[in-house]
Amino acid sequence: MEVFIQQCINALTLGGLYALIALGYTMVYGVIQLINFAHGEFFAAGGYIGVLLLGVMTAMGLMESAPWMCLGVSLLLTMLYCAFLAMGVERIAYKPLRKQTRLAALISALGMSIFLSNGMMLARGPLDQPYPLEYSSGGFEFGLITINNLQIVIWVLTAVLLVALNLLVFRSRIGMAMRAVAQDKVMSALVAINTNRIIALTFAIGAGLAAAAGIMVGLYYGSVRYDMGFVPGIKAFAAAVLGGIGNITGAMIGGLIIGAVEVFGAAYISGEYKDVFAFIILIAVLYFKPTGIMGENIDDTRV
Amino acid sequence: MAEPILELVEVSASYGKIKALKEISLKVYPGEIVAMIGANGAGKSTTLMAICGIVPVQAGTIVYAGTPITTISAERLPVMGLCQVPEGRRIFPRLSVKENLILGGFYRTDKSAIDADIERVFSYFPVLKERLNQQGGTLSGGEQQILAIGRALMSRPKLLLLDEPSLGLAPMIVQKIFDIISEINTQEGVTILLVEQNANLALQASSRGYVLETGAVTMADTADALLANPKIRAAYLGE
Ligand SMILES: Nc1ncnc2c1ncn2[C@@H]1O[C@H](COP(=O)(O)OP(=O)(O)OP(=O)(O)O)[C@@H](O)[C@H]1O
Ligand SMILES: [Mg+2]
Repeated sequence: MEVFIQQCINALTLGGLYALIALGYTMVYGVIQLINFAHGEFFAAGGYIGVLLLGVMTAMGLMESAPWMCLGVSLLLTMLYCAFLAMGVERIAYKPLRKQTRLAALISALGMSIFLSNGMMLARGPLDQPYPLEYSSGGFEFGLITINNLQIVIWVLTAVLLVALNLLVFRSRIGMAMRAVAQDKVMSALVAINTNRIIALTFAIGAGLAAAAGIMVGLYYGSVRYDMGFVPGIKAFAAAVLGGIGNITGAMIGGLIIGAVEVFGAAYISGEYKDVFAFIILIAVLYFKPTGIMGENIDDTRV
Repeated sequence: MAEPILELVEVSASYGKIKALKEISLKVYPGEIVAMIGANGAGKSTTLMAICGIVPVQAGTIVYAGTPITTISAERLPVMGLCQVPEGRRIFPRLSVKENLILGGFYRTDKSAIDADIERVFSYFPVLKERLNQQGGTLSGGEQQILAIGRALMSRPKLLLLDEPSLGLAPMIVQKIFDIISEINTQEGVTILLVEQNANLALQASSRGYVLETGAVTMADTADALLANPKIRAAYLGE
């Protein structure tokens, strides 16, 4: 029983992180029907910039006096950086191809993915970049079950970001414009919405969320590497497809399911195959229900 | 006569190799209702989309309220008072009726005036008030047309381009929509360029009309003269 509860705790943590990444895939797909293969790289870049900023703050001696403030500031700056990075990528690699075939943009996305991950390798080398360990100490123990502080931070932060995103998309003026652009770009322009700006903003938001996940993964697993975007990227993509690509609520649910399947699969089936479960789900969904859990029928939560 | 609010001078546009508009020239004066009639594929919708900056203009110029708008980006036009109710209405299907209306006035920030305008739209179209939280895509065709016009009014247009407002609607609803169009024109002083296949109805509501054939203007006259013209009667009025 204790093992099961412990696994639930782990699943929730991992699932939340996948959900954060999956949102970027689903939102971008929602507005321009592009699978942004470079999205995993925004997640990796988040991990990289995060470790860089925390390193700078350690060197400045701020870490000892106010570690949580350092984390907060790093998080904000990293999200901002990745948001701008994504807008740059959109501008350079996708926007010029918007009137071309979808395949052209897809190939451009693959190219961008390779470019970005190699860029990170050239900038910081191929080795793991260790994260500071301060944050993972301390926590709660209930018998055999432990919840460390970091997990709680991840939960809270994930929840805050997910709620904020929902408010933005479903309650704000900008969110209304995003949903309009996803549904009809010509009509959106006819009601004075700057569709290019909304598309750029969608990339920015998706990348910001992925960047936050990147930092949290770095803290949770203790290090980041230039190619860390690939596998979680595909798993999050699987989550987005499972939830119904284009659907925000679906991406959140899909992320939690993929996280749970991975954690329980590793615990009760085989640890060695933990990366495989997400792919099995991806293939099964594409085969049996390509529209995903929240696809077609309940589509009012599409972007 | 006053300056035209809209003037097209020899405007051409293409879709790839297909030439859709061949040197179209037309004028609309403030306060008028002008009809544009023509068969399927004549280029009526393309003309409106070219005016609105959606279909790029290859040659010629478009001037709106004294400002050249030939190459302006589409989203800036509603701010200037130029607004279109496109063919097929293009209601945002998964947004509520209220959200569709709010988006009509998207560029505006004067919250209280927007609320007042929503009420004004309800006074024209009481049915929308009952449907406020329903998704746009679930409205009937007539209700969607009404919503599309209401959405356009939310931008406080000076010139309204209407593309086949009668399409697919029962005669009674068509009559009601045309009454509303006249009312918008007289009560609110909105100038209207009206594209229609229903030539009879359109010309009756208008003061002048243009006839479009395969991408070119082939006739331009007062509505009464067009209604009396035997060629028009034969080609467009089914006689
Ligand atoms: N997106 C497009 N791509 C290619 N060709 C197009 C496109 N839209 C319109 N056309 C072509 O341009 C010509 C003019 O079309 P347009 O839609 O302007 O006609 P219309 O007068 O509005 O016709 P209808 O009364 O049927 O609405 C037609 O020959 C049409 O096939
Ligand atoms: Mg048409």
